[in-house]
Amino acid sequence: MDLLNALIAFLNFVAVPAMAYGSQLALGALGVTLIYGVLRFSNFAHGDTMAFGTMATILVTWLFQSWGISIQPLPTALLALPFGIAITAALLYATDHGVYRFYRKQKAAPVILMIVSMGIMFILNGVVRFIIGPDEQRFDDGTRFLVSARDFKEWTGLNEGLAIKTSQGITVITAFIVVALLFWFLTYTRTGKSMRAFSDNEDLALLSGINPERVVAITWLIVAGLATIAGVLYGLDKSFRPFTYFQLLLPIFASAIVGGLGNPLGAIAGGFIIAFSEVTITYAWKKVISYMVPETLEPSGLVQLLSTDYKFAVSFAILVIVLLFRPTGLFGGKSV
Amino acid sequence: MTHTVRTAVMFSFIAALILLAGIMQGWNNALLILNMGLISAIMALGVNLQWGFAGLFNVGVMGFVALGGLASVVVSMPPTAGAWTLNAGPQAIFALAVGIGIIAACIYAWNHMANGMARSIALLVLLIGGFFLYRGLFDPAVARIEAIDPAATGYLGGVNLPILLAWPVGGLLAAGAAWVIGKTALGLRSDYLAIATLGIAEIVIAILKNEDWLSRGVKNVVGLPRPVPYEIDLQNSASFVSRAEGLGIDPVTASTLFVKFSYACLFTAVLALLLVLAELALKSPWGRMMRAIRDNETAAEAMGKNVKKRHLQIFILGSAICGIAGAMMTTLDGQLTPGTYQPLRFTFLIWVMVIVGGSGNNFGAVLGGMLIWFLWVEVEPIGRWLLEVITSPLPADNALRVHLLESAAHMRLLTMGIVLLVVLRFSPRGLLPER
Repeated sequence: MDLLNALIAFLNFVAVPAMAYGSQLALGALGVTLIYGVLRFSNFAHGDTMAFGTMATILVTWLFQSWGISIQPLPTALLALPFGIAITAALLYATDHGVYRFYRKQKAAPVILMIVSMGIMFILNGVVRFIIGPDEQRFDDGTRFLVSARDFKEWTGLNEGLAIKTSQGITVITAFIVVALLFWFLTYTRTGKSMRAFSDNEDLALLSGINPERVVAITWLIVAGLATIAGVLYGLDKSFRPFTYFQLLLPIFASAIVGGLGNPLGAIAGGFIIAFSEVTITYAWKKVISYMVPETLEPSGLVQLLSTDYKFAVSFAILVIVLLFRPTGLFGGKSV
Repeated sequence: MTHTVRTAVMFSFIAALILLAGIMQGWNNALLILNMGLISAIMALGVNLQWGFAGLFNVGVMGFVALGGLASVVVSMPPTAGAWTLNAGPQAIFALAVGIGIIAACIYAWNHMANGMARSIALLVLLIGGFFLYRGLFDPAVARIEAIDPAATGYLGGVNLPILLAWPVGGLLAAGAAWVIGKTALGLRSDYLAIATLGIAEIVIAILKNEDWLSRGVKNVVGLPRPVPYEIDLQNSASFVSRAEGLGIDPVTASTLFVKFSYACLFTAVLALLLVLAELALKSPWGRMMRAIRDNETAAEAMGKNVKKRHLQIFILGSAICGIAGAMMTTLDGQLTPGTYQPLRFTFLIWVMVIVGGSGNNFGAVLGGMLIWFLWVEVEPIGRWLLEVITSPLPADNALRVHLLESAAHMRLLTMGIVLLVVLRFSPRGLLPER
């Protein structure tokens, strides 16, 4: 019977990792949702866009490191991030001009654009593997922990330690700043308002003199920023492998859809819902429960609802259940 | 060029490509490409039924293919000794039945009780109580099954029937799954349906990877029985050896070629049968109705067509074909390896085949399947050769040259993407357009 220890164990193994993972998913889902809102298709290439942005950032990071530039105790990747975003934005702008614009002009069905994005997905996947290879890359430097488990135990005298990695701290703070900036942009600036108008009703927006090409270009620019930041944060927290990023597409879509496609607020909520359910359903609760109940009642098993390998399955089970009851997501997304 | 001529030219082109591969890389390799090409063509036929006929965007092909693979294990492997006598197998199956019963009870309660507190409590009790009941029955049974010689078995095994039976059974298994999925997901609109099927396929793979009692998980089931003779038996058969020598071929080579050729004959028979059925379906009133629904759902509904039911029907049929192809592929491999099912290869690549070949045209789907599979296999050697020629002015240990040559393996994804985009841009209806 030690509620405080139980709480710390819960924070350490469930809340902190899920918070960081949720922020990364939310940023990814925001990108998917913006494209759906403005360009009206599900972008299958988003996971690989994240991989490309992260790769660009890693290459710039290595360059900086070879010059001896660093910003201890923070990872050098943060310094390289703006360059990574710029490279990714250039890439997305080029794909839009070279590929998507043609179909937009033709007023092609959304599902055709979805198939086109599958083509872009294949190409980006190939390009990333071509340039950096399929292997794992670690690029986190600087201090590893904000709070280490040992220090925490010494300060508080508790049995359980609480560890917060620097990458987790950076993730949550960066995600918060980025989301705040995005909402400020969408609500208060002229461009942001025209984007929302365009997303709500394309014809009406065109009538009131909004330049669609400009809206689209700015959307891709923002998406490049969101995707690169999400990818770099994920890479700092775990590690970078092109294949993992392709797999991330699935929980990201789940987040965007659970919240409602085209709804930015829904994307954020969806990201945290997916992350927290993935972690809580696959976490072995034995430790936490043992602190909370008398010794005689201690569970014999691990008290794990599903094995960790079911992570992706969990996000989809939630997705399917939500869609069954609310076919356009919790926050009422669009449907084209 | 008329349609028939165009089709004939395209198929001769594929045949020429495979012959070329045979001449340049050996007939063994050509037959390998042909066999997987035939299976890919069947998968493409299934997707074409859903997308080309009815406009259903199914991104869960991988899941159905994997279910077909599971069918070949369940049908053809011998039952694991002890798994049934220890009462573990029956208990696990009973537990699954209880689980399904609980879900059915939940659905019944949801549909038949009045909306309110009572229903919520009933559902919660059913779900939570049911979960613990299910796990209480299921976990010990699974532990007992997986404890039986885990290095060699550790799973239930199958029912020891000829593996050819697994092909239709794979279709039935996939059809059953498609019925469940279709019932829940077909009400969703395009994008939502696509992502839902993508997710369900991931769930199927997660189950195959983790439920060791069923599929041995990532430990793989190896040594599936074969519908064709074994090479070693052929080499020991005097009549085969004398016939091979009569043709002037080394008996060892002849036996491998004979085995692959037998597979090719079986696959061609299945493909031909399915192709005929698909063509008859497309040209029948049913096929015209499907296309009418695809082109204008609202109008078709106004004409009294039951759109939802027709969608469910074709979703099940298309998925069943993918299941058959999955069972065939596992038979050809001789093993079930759940870890190797990846969406890029088993979902998105099949989609590239359908789009490039020509959606809505069965021959187009078959053509796309063969052509894209050929490219998928051959792009790597061609790319390596190409890069070697391009970088030949550089010294052999030049860092750029080494990196480029090492990266040649990744050319295939890039090429697939470019092929897809080029076809979509300049021939949006595919190489063999719908008539």
